[in-house]
Amino acid sequence: MTATLSRREALVAGFGGVLLPATLSAQPAQKPAELKIGVTTFLSGPASVFGVPSRKACEMLVDQINAAGGIAGVPVRATFVDEAPGTDHLVGEMRRLVQSEGVNVLLQSISSGSCLACTPLSRELNKVMLLWDCGTQRIFEENRYEYAFRTQGYGTPEVLAPLLYLLKHKPDFRTVAVINQDYAWGRDSWELWKAGMDALKPGVRVVAEMFPRFGSTDFSTEITRLLALRPDVILSTSWGGELVTLIRQATERRLFERSTFVLPVAEASLPTLGRTMPEGHIIGTRGDHWNNHPAPANPELFRSFVNAYRQRNNEYPIYPCHHMAQAMWALKAGVEKAVAAKNGGWPSDAELAHAFRGLTFPTPTSTITLREDGQGLEDQIVGLSTFNADFGFSVPKDMMLYKGETVSAPVGQKSTDWLKTLKPDFVASAGRSI
Amino acid sequence: MRKIEPFLALLLAAAMIAAAVMAPWLRFVLTIALAKGIAVLGILLLLRAGQVSFGHALYIAFGAYVVAFLAPQVNDAVLLLAIAAAGAGMLGLVIGLFVTRYRQIFFGMLNLAMAMVFYSLLEKLYAITKGSDGIRVEAMPIAGQRLDLATFEWTIFGIALGLAFVLGLLLRLYLASPMGEALAGIKTRETRLEFMGVPARGVLLAAYVMSAVLGGIGGAIIAMTSRHVTPLLAYWTSSGELVFIAILGGAGGVLGPFLGAAAYELVRVYAAASFADAWQMILGAVLLLVILFAPGGLWGMAARAIGGGRGR
Repeated sequence: MTATLSRREALVAGFGGVLLPATLSAQPAQKPAELKIGVTTFLSGPASVFGVPSRKACEMLVDQINAAGGIAGVPVRATFVDEAPGTDHLVGEMRRLVQSEGVNVLLQSISSGSCLACTPLSRELNKVMLLWDCGTQRIFEENRYEYAFRTQGYGTPEVLAPLLYLLKHKPDFRTVAVINQDYAWGRDSWELWKAGMDALKPGVRVVAEMFPRFGSTDFSTEITRLLALRPDVILSTSWGGELVTLIRQATERRLFERSTFVLPVAEASLPTLGRTMPEGHIIGTRGDHWNNHPAPANPELFRSFVNAYRQRNNEYPIYPCHHMAQAMWALKAGVEKAVAAKNGGWPSDAELAHAFRGLTFPTPTSTITLREDGQGLEDQIVGLSTFNADFGFSVPKDMMLYKGETVSAPVGQKSTDWLKTLKPDFVASAGRSI
Repeated sequence: MRKIEPFLALLLAAAMIAAAVMAPWLRFVLTIALAKGIAVLGILLLLRAGQVSFGHALYIAFGAYVVAFLAPQVNDAVLLLAIAAAGAGMLGLVIGLFVTRYRQIFFGMLNLAMAMVFYSLLEKLYAITKGSDGIRVEAMPIAGQRLDLATFEWTIFGIALGLAFVLGLLLRLYLASPMGEALAGIKTRETRLEFMGVPARGVLLAAYVMSAVLGGIGGAIIAMTSRHVTPLLAYWTSSGELVFIAILGGAGGVLGPFLGAAAYELVRVYAAASFADAWQMILGAVLLLVILFAPGGLWGMAARAIGGGRGR
């Protein structure tokens, strides 16, 4: 016989569960039964092409970490929150995660808008926040946060590295056009590119600045204009389905044969494009985690991560998966450092945050250092697209590696100001081929 | 039913305060719910005239951006609320002069168009509005008092609750006045109103401006609560949300919007918490159930449960 609850009992139980905070003990230094992490990512909408794979990667890593005994002996549990409903919902969800679910660490956000809205909450909630994917330079250049750290690169290196590659690979271009999505990243990345280009190669003519509406499905007008203008170089920092559409429509009309494309966020769209991606254009991955990385620091770990992900999900991991993994590895390294600093005791939130400042943690491809202002220094690898039959899609060749500290604006400087101080000889000294 | 409405309102307010005290994170959700409830009061006003606006997020976003832009200069929540309300009213008057010429679907769509124009402006004028990244609003003094963060949030919650009360009461009086009753006349037969010498357009315009003011107030409170404004506030989904809340709560009484808003926010939060992948579906299912089984909305259900007949 099954035990039945009366309706009143069910209601009381429901309300009790709803209204009582999950953790009543306010002692911070107690070792928790599990390390709860709250992860915000896009589970619906156009950016779910990034969000859903990153969630899969996170779940996989949580399983792996727990199978190996957890972090400092504490098993990890992840709670996911959808970023799509907008900031007022997300800000509320952050509070719920901390105040009701008792989350220990927050891993937040793909969208720069979400990051800008939620990072100040780290001050109020006094919880460590790892910014795992958003790219805006405004976060750490306009504010200082005690509890927030970004475990990957950001807009400035991600735009500067492809620019440096272009200047090395095709130094004699004269005209450039831009076609970016009309929202903050599209505008910001163009501003960064323009500042860098004007400093490193003065006198390049910008023949068109096009910002088609976010979510466009038809680029025929823009392509017609680009065909007429014949720019030497076309920059597009678009991503996801829109980039796929743009590339398909531009290939059909042979735009790729006339101009060199620079696509700093191409990697995530390449598996979808398959053979359609034209050869010999500059592609980036917001980091150094190409699936065909020729010399990862820890080849064993890199292969095992890629293969485990493929086995579980039957697809190659894309850059958001790697960024999520970086956040998880940073979390592991940070917590273990903090626990070691207390000789095995569990750190308070402030002690945990302290451990993250200046932390250097290994990734399969390299190491990342969270510098003094909280920004992570991630290496950038850029190359030329070439179809690879082993993968079934394009990967880069003739790769150049740019060290994170070389291509990031120094602490305390605004990216655009710093980019303006660069000298043309920077191009020769900045990267090395791998 | 009309007699016990104030008591029900007090009961609802007490429940909200109790919930906010017991679970601090709910305070945020409930403040947003109250702000949306205030904005939906405006939708309710227009619904009385049989007009559905699919663009009232315009006034919410306007109020919110007024706060975001003026906060560094004005730096007082009370003053900002007043400016946001007045500004939204002014904007409502300008747009209202034009949209109140139309009825039904045309009215709804024109409002939608206006809101989307505003949304595009917020996105496109990147240098001024910072585009989709939005603008951060810092906590500000309230009536000259510099408060710490927890007190600030409590005070905004209190202000929202107080405003909800006062505005609900005022709206109730307005709906019972000749101007308010004339709104129902627009719904049933507009020509008759004109025969009686009542200018239908004027009646609707007055209601429209009021609804804009309510939207502006709601938006200002949202900006002060979430402390970050983005163009998404003006997007059509936000307008749809307001209509959704109006239907969920029921258009029968001024408590409806607040019941609806609280239910909407709580369902969304709990759906998102329990099923991060499928919260949209749950929200949709709730609305379908309400439409199918409780056409009067939550307020209609409450009215029937209490036995006061069919509400008003």
